[in-house]
Amino acid sequence: MSRIVPAAIGPARPRARAKAARRRAKTAIGAVLTAIMLFPVYWMINESFTTDQNLRKTPPNLFPIDGTLAGYRAVLSQQLPYLANSLEIGLATVALTLVIAAPAGYALAKLRPRGGTVVSFALLVAQMIPSIIMAMGFYAILLQTGAINTIPGLVLADSTISVPFAVLIFTAFMSGIPDELLQAALTDGAGRLRTFWSIVMPVSRNATVTVSLFAFLWSWSDFIFASTLDAGGNQQPITLGIYHYIGNNDQQWNAIMATAVTASIPATVLLVLAQRYVAAGITAGSVKD
Amino acid sequence: MNDRAQTLDRSVRNRTGATRVAPASGFRAQSRRSRVRSSQWAAWAFLAPLVVYLLAFYAYPMYRNLDLSLRDYTVYSFVHGGAPFTGFANYTAVFHDPTFATALINTLLFTFVSLAFQFALGMALAVFFAQNFRLSSTLRALFLVPWLLPLIVSASTWAWMLDSGSGVVNYFLHFLGIGPVDWLTSPHWSLASVIIANIWIGIPFNLVLLYSGIQAIPATLYEAAALDGVNAWQRFWRITFPLLRPVSAVTLMLGLVYTLKVFDIIWIMTRGGPVDSSTTFATWSYQLGFGNLLPEFGPGAAVGNLLVVMALIAGLIYIRLQRRQHA
Repeated sequence: MSRIVPAAIGPARPRARAKAARRRAKTAIGAVLTAIMLFPVYWMINESFTTDQNLRKTPPNLFPIDGTLAGYRAVLSQQLPYLANSLEIGLATVALTLVIAAPAGYALAKLRPRGGTVVSFALLVAQMIPSIIMAMGFYAILLQTGAINTIPGLVLADSTISVPFAVLIFTAFMSGIPDELLQAALTDGAGRLRTFWSIVMPVSRNATVTVSLFAFLWSWSDFIFASTLDAGGNQQPITLGIYHYIGNNDQQWNAIMATAVTASIPATVLLVLAQRYVAAGITAGSVKD
Repeated sequence: MNDRAQTLDRSVRNRTGATRVAPASGFRAQSRRSRVRSSQWAAWAFLAPLVVYLLAFYAYPMYRNLDLSLRDYTVYSFVHGGAPFTGFANYTAVFHDPTFATALINTLLFTFVSLAFQFALGMALAVFFAQNFRLSSTLRALFLVPWLLPLIVSASTWAWMLDSGSGVVNYFLHFLGIGPVDWLTSPHWSLASVIIANIWIGIPFNLVLLYSGIQAIPATLYEAAALDGVNAWQRFWRITFPLLRPVSAVTLMLGLVYTLKVFDIIWIMTRGGPVDSSTTFATWSYQLGFGNLLPEFGPGAAVGNLLVVMALIAGLIYIRLQRRQHA
């Protein structure tokens, strides 16, 4: 890490130059640190292009020279249904999360229901319950209702990861909407429902984006609910696709890594398109103000 | 289009309706009271889906789980009901299981070693990135990637990197003169392996929270310190670290809650093995309930409930910390 040199006494010009050099050094160090941090991601991509023979070779190829697309061909021929299922599950989870969390956030932020603090506290506690517990409870329930190994059952379970978080985000955000705005709508004769739909929701676009993004990502990445509640289903998500791959063809690591790269695409796209929402979501979920 | 015209029309009509009624003062007080009551109704109407949801999909599964842990379930009674109530027998069995001590020690080691490294590295990176050099925000964004990847992706990538024969980690270690380490297949290294992967995944979370905490420290403090000739090391220990204490506490407690329940990484990399050497309460619970051909739901649920108790204790400390910070 770069040591901060005490400001040199001397003419202004060399000092400015030293400062510029130090900033360049910091950028260089930052780039190196980022490279080290992202090495596993690079390695995943590299291995996804490596041929079977080269995968087991020492020394390993650090770059995908004489690479192969066999891994990706395997993805295209075997994993597309899994990807489609994950997309469907993710979108359904987002919809369910929004439908439940947005009105609740509005109520908690603006309508001051008696007993609202109890609900808020329940939400905080809910976030702390390990998924494995929920999985076992859900397994018992879904087995009885016959919703085991179905997409709706999995969507319900996946939504439990995002709903408490979503309500907290919506509440925090909607508290910031000026009361005058909502009062004006009421004076104009708009009902609560109309105020919610035509004023609160459009104003809360950022919160909606943040919530949707995380709800999608979490349900896309979910493994524990998928492996307990949908392992025998005929519509399984991509996380199970990868898991079966690891179990079945232990030799074909390029196909496993190619699937992993493909499964990472949503996260990457979301990070590029909505970086500030991601950072906002992480901080808003834990440190308020 | 038509729909909008209609609602517009209705809103106009409502507005004229409102002006037509010129309420007397007594009437106004009464209407305010009824408005309070009607707003309570509205509030609960908006909250109702969430409350129903929490009861049906949080409280009830939790209750089912508790019920599972207090009865002697077999596969038959799991489906058809009628399992005999056995009190705390499942818990006693779990406590006397030889895996219990291993799982407890591993859970604590996994959690606290992960936390210590995630926090220290996250803090160092946050301080570094707070210096706002060129590209700093882009590089900081790239640091988020490991946190956003599906855990199965990160876990299988690490599993392949740590492969004894062809893993790239052993290849690099070879240059340092260290012989091949059986990361995932040796009972001495399996826990360390999953901890390394978990630290990597957790760094971004710590970085983002601590970075936002540092941003909230007034720059004037640093300027004053610079005038006093304070060096970077002192600046960190005398200003940044003390002022960041509330944010640090929240970060660590949230990290604790999250790390206690980590399951995917361990299960995918080692399945808790070899011979339980990397098993934690989370993986043990899963192993009992779903990992064997003959599921033991009762003991599995009992282990899971022990985990809930641990998570709730950590969680309540977190809530208290946050309340105090707000007050």
